[in-house]
Amino acid sequence: MCDHGRMLFSVQVEVSLREGVADPQGATIERSLPHLGFDGVRGVRVGKSIRFDIDAVDQAAAQAEVADLCRRFLTNPVIEDATITLTAGAGSAS
Amino acid sequence: MAPRVGIVQFPGSNCELDALEAVAALGGVGEILWHGDATTNGVDAVIVPGGFAHGDYLRPGAIARFSPVMGAVMEHATAGGPVVGICNGFQVLTEAGLLPGALQKNQGLKFLCTMVSLRVTSKESVLTSEASVGDVLRVPINHFEGNYTCSPETLAALNDNDQVVLRYVDNPNGSVDDIAGICNVDRNVVGLMPHPERAISDLLGSVDGLPLLRSLLVSAGLGAPA
Repeated sequence: MCDHGRMLFSVQVEVSLREGVADPQGATIERSLPHLGFDGVRGVRVGKSIRFDIDAVDQAAAQAEVADLCRRFLTNPVIEDATITLTAGAGSAS
Repeated sequence: MAPRVGIVQFPGSNCELDALEAVAALGGVGEILWHGDATTNGVDAVIVPGGFAHGDYLRPGAIARFSPVMGAVMEHATAGGPVVGICNGFQVLTEAGLLPGALQKNQGLKFLCTMVSLRVTSKESVLTSEASVGDVLRVPINHFEGNYTCSPETLAALNDNDQVVLRYVDNPNGSVDDIAGICNVDRNVVGLMPHPERAISDLLGSVDGLPLLRSLLVSAGLGAPA
């Protein structure tokens, strides 16, 4: 719990390229795997993970705020999607 | 009076002085607009230059679009004022929503620094009015994230509205439909990955950037050449 009855949430945002958007990094990794003896790997997609803590009155409010933050800043909605994972309690940033 | 062209300087910009030089060479008066000042100082046209604004952290242009100057640039653009984004400036303009689509990593995952040939595909824009459709211009590129992408609907709209102003003759980076430069619906905002400001003198290997930048200056009030 935070001050003033607000709750702290640990957030993980996974930013990935939208379906259908070419991923040259993923394709390059996938092409290189057979050379290392890893056969049968397919569908490699490269994204990024962003972690932070946020305090909000409840989980729904935290979820809504993070979704807004992702749409307006953390992703470019033209090419990227965000997957948000909220966990009650402080994470690494506490 | 010579037209005044404001050239935005973010932390990490690195082509602003080249742009300043090019504007002066063409008879305009260039001035630097610091990103932290929320004004365009009443300039006639704005160039958002190349570089790595704010380190390109998160995504190229993602943080630059929130710099105080960008609100003033948006107002200038909305009022019909000419705005050209070059390279990183193009990325900033797409992030700011002034131009559709996005620029992602080059298809070949290589930073490209080379001379390319561009075909002028529309002269109805503030950057191509002094060129002719079909002209082939040699202009350098210098980017890692210049692979223009957009939804099929956006691409159809760009083509229907004649908004693709420059195309690569040999597509170097995987851009959809060979797109090198586009304009907005009102044709006063243009973004392109190649660097016309680096093609203004034989000393630089090409003078083909001149008609493009001259177009911008004409849109900003420069008298047409005699």
